[in-house]
Amino acid sequence: MNAYTSVLKLRFINGLQYRASALAGTATQLFFGFIFIMIYVAFYSQSTGQPSISLKDLVAYVWLQQVFLSIVALWFRDNEIFQLITSGNIAYELCRPCRIYPFWYAKLIAQRVSNAVLRCFPILAVSFLFPQPYRMSLPPSPAALILFLLTLVLGLMVIVAISMLIYISVFWTMSPTGSSLMISVAGEFFAGMILPVPLMPLWLQKIAYVLPFRWTTDFPFRVYSGQIPTAQALWGVLVQLLWFAVLLGVGKWSLSRALRQVVVQGG
Amino acid sequence: MSLYFKYMSILLKSQLQYRASFWLLTFGQFFIPFSVFAGLYFMFERFGHLRGWSFFQVALCFAIIGMAYSLSECFSRGFDAFSTLVAGGDFDRLLVRPRSTALQVLGSRFEFSRVGRLIQSGIVLVWALDNLPITWSFAKVITLILMIGCGVFIFTGIFILTATLCFWTIQGLELANILTDGGREMAQYPLNIYQKWVTVFFTFIIPFGCVSYLPLLYILDKVHGNKILYMLMPLAGVLFLLPSLLVWQIGVRHYRSTGS
Repeated sequence: MNAYTSVLKLRFINGLQYRASALAGTATQLFFGFIFIMIYVAFYSQSTGQPSISLKDLVAYVWLQQVFLSIVALWFRDNEIFQLITSGNIAYELCRPCRIYPFWYAKLIAQRVSNAVLRCFPILAVSFLFPQPYRMSLPPSPAALILFLLTLVLGLMVIVAISMLIYISVFWTMSPTGSSLMISVAGEFFAGMILPVPLMPLWLQKIAYVLPFRWTTDFPFRVYSGQIPTAQALWGVLVQLLWFAVLLGVGKWSLSRALRQVVVQGG
Repeated sequence: MSLYFKYMSILLKSQLQYRASFWLLTFGQFFIPFSVFAGLYFMFERFGHLRGWSFFQVALCFAIIGMAYSLSECFSRGFDAFSTLVAGGDFDRLLVRPRSTALQVLGSRFEFSRVGRLIQSGIVLVWALDNLPITWSFAKVITLILMIGCGVFIFTGIFILTATLCFWTIQGLELANILTDGGREMAQYPLNIYQKWVTVFFTFIIPFGCVSYLPLLYILDKVHGNKILYMLMPLAGVLFLLPSLLVWQIGVRHYRSTGS
């Protein structure tokens, strides 16, 4: 276990080195947040009926997306692992005295968290200062905040488990670009990153609810604004745990399958 | 110019060597804007219209910007990936050749898989045009072509500007994404739904508004007053490209090799 935590720590510190790039990313994400909110404000300004999510909650949703982008985005990838697999350097990884799945898992988590730590605070701080309607709102109760943090952490665990599957799939396809691009586009959409899940038509929402993707982003963000009440959120936590267990199981099983038939070509 | 086409055909052949990967990538590129477009469609399905703009009018706007973006990504990708050229010291080789640097960088890379994006935008364009009650005239067709063409100029101009920054920073800057990706996201919707400062910035400094919103008003017969002015608006894209090339020349003069 110790080896994995130190991988986590080292990667985390490594990730913290890229401060200038994080600053630039912060500005970009602020801009994107603004543009998205402006579009939603324009849509909402003329709506007559009762929308399925209030503008205030939607604004919080958009800002949280931008703040925690590197935690929740599926396209956030480690090309190192792809290269390991396609170039045959995976042989070195196999020589290490630790199992590959937790090793990569720790690595991926550390990357996302270090990236998010650098970026989230400036955006979060600024988003509370904007004039209405762009201002980020506070969660309605302390319980909602705690639940939000819990579900976000669980969401992170689920999304890394999903992305592990993408890496493992490269053992078979040998080309990271095509297959992973397709999965991330679909995953991104059903996670509500392009169109928030509450704004989707009902039949599409049903699909999104069945898939694991929305539990990583849409669910924590709606818990934050209290749009999903506490009692319901607790059930959601259970579903997240279930998904995590399933994805972990599938990931470990398919990795061991892949490693059994791995052929390292020369070197 | 013939050198440019030579570059293009060589790179096309080299990319087609990995056929399966190429088609998968093209296919994937088709779906990126497709999912964004689906989002737009569902928003309109829920809200009906957007400040007086109907779905197909916005879809037309979306398609034009999408086409301009994919074309410029396809052809001027060399500038986008320029930081690797500078960081690796490979730019030195371009300098000693007796051809213009801008042309060589432009020819250094083409992303033909962006055709996927182009096709998606093309389908949306046809669909939108088919459903809009536009009385076509020769001038309007010209305007439409100008919009796409000059949109390409603007995106290319931005790519060139950010590439020029690499002469000083060596690394590529993520900040530039505000102008390329951000500009694309933003210009997909008619500009008048945004706050004043956004509209002003993207009309007078980076003239996205001149290739999408303003001429669109003309095509959709929403203008009052001087129509020629709206029709010729896209030419602002050319005005944007020229100073970009000038800045590029200045940048090249400032270039110091990393030596690696």
